[in-house]
Amino acid sequence: MEVLCSARREAEQAEVFLVSSPDSIGIQFEANELKQVQTKESSSIALRIFREGRIGFATASGGGGLEALVDMAVETSQFGSPANFQFPSSQDYSEVCIIAPEVEEIAMERMVEIGKELIAKIRGHTPDILCDVQVTRGTSSISLINSQGGEGRYDSSFFSLSLEGILVRDTDMLFVGDSGSSCRPDFIGVDDLADRVIWQLEMAKKKAAVSTKLLPIIFTPNGVASALLSPLVLAFNGKAVLEGASPLKDKLGEQVFDKKLSLWDDATIAYGVGSYPFDDEGVSSQRLPLVTNGVVANFLYDLQTAALAGTHSTGNGQRVGGGFPSPAISSLILSGGDVSFQAMVEDMKEGLIVEQLIGADQGNLLGGDFSGNVLLGYKVENGEIVGRVKDTMIAGNVYQVLKELLGIGQEARWVGGILQTPPLYCSHVSVVTKGS
Amino acid sequence: MRDLIADALKGHDADYIEIHFEESQATNIAYRGERLEEISRARNSGGNVRALVQGSWGFVSFNRLGGLRDKVALALEEARLASRGPFKLFPTEPVVETVVPQSEKGSTAMPLAAKKELLGEYNEIILSSPKIQSSRINYRDAGRQSIFANSEGSYIEQAKTDLTLRLTAIAREDNEVQQAGLSLGGNGEFSAVEGLHEQAREIARRAAALLSAPQVKGGEYTVILDPILAGVFAHEAFGHLSESDFVYQNENLRQIMALGKRFGGKHLNIVDDATIPNLRGSYKYDDEGTPATKTYLIREGILEGRLHSRETAAKMGERATGNARAINYLFSPIVRMSNTFIEPGSASFEAMLGDIEEGVYVEDWYGGMTSLEMFTFSAGEAYMIRRGRLAELLRPVVLTGNVFTTLQNIDAIGNDLEMNQGGGCGKGGQYPLPVSNGSPHIRIRHCVIGGR
Repeated sequence: MEVLCSARREAEQAEVFLVSSPDSIGIQFEANELKQVQTKESSSIALRIFREGRIGFATASGGGGLEALVDMAVETSQFGSPANFQFPSSQDYSEVCIIAPEVEEIAMERMVEIGKELIAKIRGHTPDILCDVQVTRGTSSISLINSQGGEGRYDSSFFSLSLEGILVRDTDMLFVGDSGSSCRPDFIGVDDLADRVIWQLEMAKKKAAVSTKLLPIIFTPNGVASALLSPLVLAFNGKAVLEGASPLKDKLGEQVFDKKLSLWDDATIAYGVGSYPFDDEGVSSQRLPLVTNGVVANFLYDLQTAALAGTHSTGNGQRVGGGFPSPAISSLILSGGDVSFQAMVEDMKEGLIVEQLIGADQGNLLGGDFSGNVLLGYKVENGEIVGRVKDTMIAGNVYQVLKELLGIGQEARWVGGILQTPPLYCSHVSVVTKGS
Repeated sequence: MRDLIADALKGHDADYIEIHFEESQATNIAYRGERLEEISRARNSGGNVRALVQGSWGFVSFNRLGGLRDKVALALEEARLASRGPFKLFPTEPVVETVVPQSEKGSTAMPLAAKKELLGEYNEIILSSPKIQSSRINYRDAGRQSIFANSEGSYIEQAKTDLTLRLTAIAREDNEVQQAGLSLGGNGEFSAVEGLHEQAREIARRAAALLSAPQVKGGEYTVILDPILAGVFAHEAFGHLSESDFVYQNENLRQIMALGKRFGGKHLNIVDDATIPNLRGSYKYDDEGTPATKTYLIREGILEGRLHSRETAAKMGERATGNARAINYLFSPIVRMSNTFIEPGSASFEAMLGDIEEGVYVEDWYGGMTSLEMFTFSAGEAYMIRRGRLAELLRPVVLTGNVFTTLQNIDAIGNDLEMNQGGGCGKGGQYPLPVSNGSPHIRIRHCVIGGR
């Protein structure tokens, strides 16, 4: 590690983090046809130093930046925040299953076939739908080494499949879609994905009218991800807690959510695309309860935030987009409940099922607010799904909506590879629609 | 470099090949509350090859230039896997040019100490205001030098700098948390982020005022949008619909978006123009080497044009507009906006307010999103309008609607065009792309506002 050696000449402590993805392959279908096949090769290096008690940070990719890396880190350290923690020393990391060697054996031709099969299934149900499909696979290697003797390396693989379908009739547009990601290609089924999209198409066949009022809402797993996830993730971030901006800052050990609700962050789940043996700072990964039976149990920390808060890193230090380490979720798991989706629907006299919101991430997320236009959602009348709603907006606050749930579904599933959640049945959400 | 690229492009059996190579340098500074959370620098370099064979594309991106000819061969091999109908790209004249923008006080050349000091001043102002719990300051400047070459003989070198700053004040009282912010940007001149002390004070005041502001009752209102939010509306609600890659292969959408169709009143003109000097979305050539243009999307209420890459233009029998852009070498160019705005009309703000019995005035933005037909966008600041006057401050609101009816419902367009350079646009996993948008004040009848 040359970089580490030359950094050590300038600094008290140093850490080098390397990511390389030798060849990720992506197959893109546009409007049912194969448009582009691509391969991406990338690698990057990040250097963090403690120099005269302050943190410096620089990154580089490609050939250009390597020589300058140490200089840039030294330059930024003049203004950096005080180094208030130590880089972790040598330790044994438990193994987490995140590599499936067969990923590399999937030929481009096979990936093309998978895309074609998926589109054929959807068009078998709705011939005039236009589908954009992406099939992606790849591997990446992470290595980390620091001046305190800490060292680690792991390889991971990923496979993902996503479909977005659009059906236009006159000026009416219907958007359907789903996606899945895993380290193991056999965990992502073409049939499962097709079945879910076909269900959406079936439910959306008719249109239904809804009026402006408070209504119960069932958020499907996709709906939970699209409406409720962002404000929650923000509130459990140790940084937001430390600065007092999180509404949960004084709530550790308190009942904030419904007793039926349990939520944890789990970086050890086998073949989860968010899993890792150690985080991007070399801290061991774990299964961390965030909410246990409605009680706030933990927040997410990286090394620096933990030191400031007087606690330990939870192994959630991640370099999102290759940047400075910061607390972030690995995989979030929301525990399943005891009500079937069908029973929830039957329980509703009048209500909505929400699959996808647009614009949900725009409001006062830090305060827990969510609101957005229902891109895909269905009206329920007297226990039956009667059709798709349009021109409809919902608004609420996660702390109010999740305080008392009408029910938690039995059918938990993965959404986008980083959230596993059942459907949630919520009461009294504001629904606003045009012309009423 | 030029010889290396020319050599790699020679003698392949492809309809078209292009090579991009770029180097970039970035500085990030972030405050979170009192703490300087991040100060970092980055240097990146990399490139890609894109090849068209028999109507389909192969794309190879890389960090290291070595073996460029093999990378071209791989892109060709990938393209041959696909099987779309062959087509000819919209023809563009080969260009050989070096574009170096003039800079007075370039942000990338400013000393780190000066940047940190200025941001620290803004942060201090926000944090010392009443009821403020925390703050966020996010600054980034990035210089990018790119080379574009294609098998038709083009070789274009361009340099561009992009600068963004977001200031956020977070107020708290009991369990109530509210925030207010300011987003700015520029084409690299450091002056774009100087002298914001009064604005910093103002957002802190506004965040604190929101703590006691009421939530609007959801429903339909007559709404006046300030130039910033109206610009977001032009971008989100209409701009994305003008991006031809959404339309070109969808027969139904092509009918909805048929040129010559009426979309709004005679007062409505919406333009995308990458040729305006010194805006964030400005450039001389797009990432396919097509010269930038000014495109009327709507003129006098009638759909007149749309944004194209060389592929979408060819497939729709229209002219390439120079709107194929990629955020960096890891991505293919796709159809994107540049500087998008509603042209000014003749109404004064006072006249628009004057005849509203009850309505909502919305300013500033958190963001916006669209699914072609439906859009939502969020205002950072909102006031009730009662009997022709601005009344009480409201909690931030989200507006939503159907683009087709909403454009028809614009019944007044102001005379006070302003361009907004904050934020960035996301599409197809490519975020944030430097763009700007703008508008004068506009008034919309029957607009849905979400609330509780």
